[in-house]
Amino acid sequence: MQGNHSHDLQLGFWRKYVFSQDHKVIGIQYGFTSLLFLLFGFTLMMIMRWQLAYPGQPIPIIGSWLGDDRAPQGIMLPEFYNQLGAMHGTIMVFLGIVPLAVGAFGNYVMPLQIGAPDMAFPKLNMMSYWVYFLGGVTMLTSFVMPGGAANSGWTSYPPLSDIATIGQTVWLIGMVFLITSSLLGSVNFITTIIQLRAKGLTFMRLPFFVWAQFVTSFLLLLAFPPLEAAGVLQLMDRLAGTSFFLPSGLVVTGQPLNVSGGGSPLLWQHLFWFLAHPEVYVLILPAMGIVAEVIANNTRKPLWGYKSMVYAAIFLGFMSFIVWAHHMFMTGMGTIISTFFQTTTMIISIPSIIILTALFISLWGGSIRFTTPMLFALAFLPMFGIGGLTGLPLGLSATDIPLHDTYYVIGHFHYVVAPGTIFALFAGIYYWFPKLTGRKMNETLGRIHFVGSFVCMNAIFMPMFIVGLAGVSRRLWDGGAQYAHAQPVLHWNEFMSHGAWALGVFQLFFIFNLFWSIRKGKKVEENYWHATTLEWATPTPPPHGNFITVPEVFRPPYEYSVPGAKKDYTPQNQPMEA
Amino acid sequence: MELSHAEDIKKHVKVYISVFVTLLALTIITVTISYFNLSVVPAIIVALIIASIKGSLVASYFMHLISEKKMIYAALSLTAVFFLVLIFIPLLAMSDRIH
Amino acid sequence: MEIPYTIKARPDTGLINAKLGIWLFLASEVMLFGALFSSYILLRVGAVEWPHHVLDVPLATVNTAVLITSSITMVMSWASLMMKDFKKYKIYMGATILLGFVFLTIKYFEYSHHIEIGEIPSKSTFFAIYFTMTGLHMLHVIGGMIVNSYFWGPGSKMWKTQPERFTNRVEVAGLYWHFVDLVWIFLFPVLYLL
Repeated sequence: MQGNHSHDLQLGFWRKYVFSQDHKVIGIQYGFTSLLFLLFGFTLMMIMRWQLAYPGQPIPIIGSWLGDDRAPQGIMLPEFYNQLGAMHGTIMVFLGIVPLAVGAFGNYVMPLQIGAPDMAFPKLNMMSYWVYFLGGVTMLTSFVMPGGAANSGWTSYPPLSDIATIGQTVWLIGMVFLITSSLLGSVNFITTIIQLRAKGLTFMRLPFFVWAQFVTSFLLLLAFPPLEAAGVLQLMDRLAGTSFFLPSGLVVTGQPLNVSGGGSPLLWQHLFWFLAHPEVYVLILPAMGIVAEVIANNTRKPLWGYKSMVYAAIFLGFMSFIVWAHHMFMTGMGTIISTFFQTTTMIISIPSIIILTALFISLWGGSIRFTTPMLFALAFLPMFGIGGLTGLPLGLSATDIPLHDTYYVIGHFHYVVAPGTIFALFAGIYYWFPKLTGRKMNETLGRIHFVGSFVCMNAIFMPMFIVGLAGVSRRLWDGGAQYAHAQPVLHWNEFMSHGAWALGVFQLFFIFNLFWSIRKGKKVEENYWHATTLEWATPTPPPHGNFITVPEVFRPPYEYSVPGAKKDYTPQNQPMEA
Repeated sequence: MELSHAEDIKKHVKVYISVFVTLLALTIITVTISYFNLSVVPAIIVALIIASIKGSLVASYFMHLISEKKMIYAALSLTAVFFLVLIFIPLLAMSDRIH
Repeated sequence: MEIPYTIKARPDTGLINAKLGIWLFLASEVMLFGALFSSYILLRVGAVEWPHHVLDVPLATVNTAVLITSSITMVMSWASLMMKDFKKYKIYMGATILLGFVFLTIKYFEYSHHIEIGEIPSKSTFFAIYFTMTGLHMLHVIGGMIVNSYFWGPGSKMWKTQPERFTNRVEVAGLYWHFVDLVWIFLFPVLYLL
């Protein structure tokens, strides 16, 4: 039963805006919180890049604020560099991208696109957000712990992480909160998509964005628990003196560790990567979903190969669970198991290629509107292409040998996540902004944001392949300066750092545009983009309960330019002619 | 479950009780066998078989899985596949190592 | 504004939302405990020696019987509601909670005995995995007991106003409780008998 009940309108400020059970409010909460975390994680990187560009030089302006235990006389200590590195990765992935892609976009858009009044479990949804918030705050407090924040990489490999400073314990507790939030959310998303689709909305009529969220939620549901288990085991090692991950005979600074031993550092790696590999598909699938929506809408034609894209997404999700040890090729694997993981890893590139190809072909013959969201969506395609292609030598163990743990890896995954996923997320913000506010964001500022970001992203990450191929390892606090083999490529560090700082400047255009447009953006009509999917069939902004009348779906999701139709778009809920 | 008749429930109660008795019996059996000091591999196989039977009974009858809907079976089958991957692949990885 | 299919099943899936939701949650729990079982296997295979006969098998056998019994009382509490017998529901649900307390009490005695004689998690990977797996399981038992107590006590008021919805909730709580029993059915032989 849908429509408003008068008692819903009597909610006080706290129940309406803070502890709301409305998926749209929760989506916006996730949105702002995650954007703040993205900005913070980005800032950490900008500080790191000073050290990489000018190792041993005092950090300008903020150097004196950091204190002697982080940067005496403003010069970054290696220990602090390691904290920045570990926390940049953790924050961007777990506090930034996933909450934005899934928590914000998924929460806000998905129920609208399936014609539902809200999520299946509104109270659980609220809890998911607040547990995420708690996890985020926990992560941040690790910076003020004695010894600073977690500093064993975002991957927290033992034995190092087992004996690291207190910040690592706080990291683990934060992760437990974040994983719990994700699990509650994924139960909600899957149940909602299966149970609350509007009448006539069969699975094969779902917008690709919803399919992407559906598969993503299964990945979160089934892949996160092993990391939660691993987190518990590492907490036990750190707090209860166990040796789950500590091998026998370990010696630290000349002293044998007083533990039982008998543990396995590889056990952590297996459990960690069992999650962390599906996690990267969690990072990319919602992005592909957004790009698909924006491309269909801005080419004024249906997506090419919708069915293939859906089956590819499902196959991708399934395969993502059986490739993880390609992150572990250098751990002494035998040939049988190595062949297994190389094979599955090569196979998993196929569905990605299918989706990317379908999106490219979807452009053919389209009436392309180069709106700001479309610019970001178009750029996603070649950027994700570069990211994906550069992954191939990493997925084959022989070529992985010289590339593992070098800057090549950093270049590869950043291409997929930064000018890949983040561009898609920008596209989504520009695209759905009129839905939330009834206004549009400024096109000129949007274009400046786009061009600047596109150039800078490539300036930062393309040289990483060169630096990595030269053999420079990742996580070096001086960017390789003390190594002979790094000398020919060291000059790239300064170049990349300037790219990073310039990228920061261009984000200011976006931040200003976002906040200014909320109040002062040009007011636009309902369904400004002339889109076909159900989220555009609600009032703007959508009220509690979303739809004035219960929607019924009669058509596939992308009925653009249907021959003989009056308009160049036919909404999904428009009945067939008699 | 959409059972509305007390009759149907009473039949189910009979089933619950038989399952209960079977579970207790299997528990006694598995403990008794553990005192036979079988060698490692047979001991593991027997213990896991008995545990699987017990588990299947709880799942099928107490949790009504035997008459559950397709959607649930689909989700659980998928989970079972990944569960097996999680149990066996790391083990294979640890055994197949470069020495 | 009401969410559809909270009480009546959706026709094409045949499910109410909570039923699907709890099974999905249990699927994630299978992966959680699966990771711990996988860890157990790896640690044991990699161990030079593995202790035998250091745990109290008779006591744990009793605990196994306690949990199995609590499972049947749990399903009987739901069946009682299906037969509209609220009094019987209270008795069976009460018994389930009590049996939970018995389980916890036995575990308390087990743990304190081990701790007394220095058999603590840091002693060996065996005790590390034993305490961690049974400890996490115990936390799940406690969680289940809290939920069951709520449905026995303040939550049971819903029987008067929305009996069908209440019955569904008890069924869902039952699914969780049976799962906790199911985990123990595997934990017991793996840790105590092998």
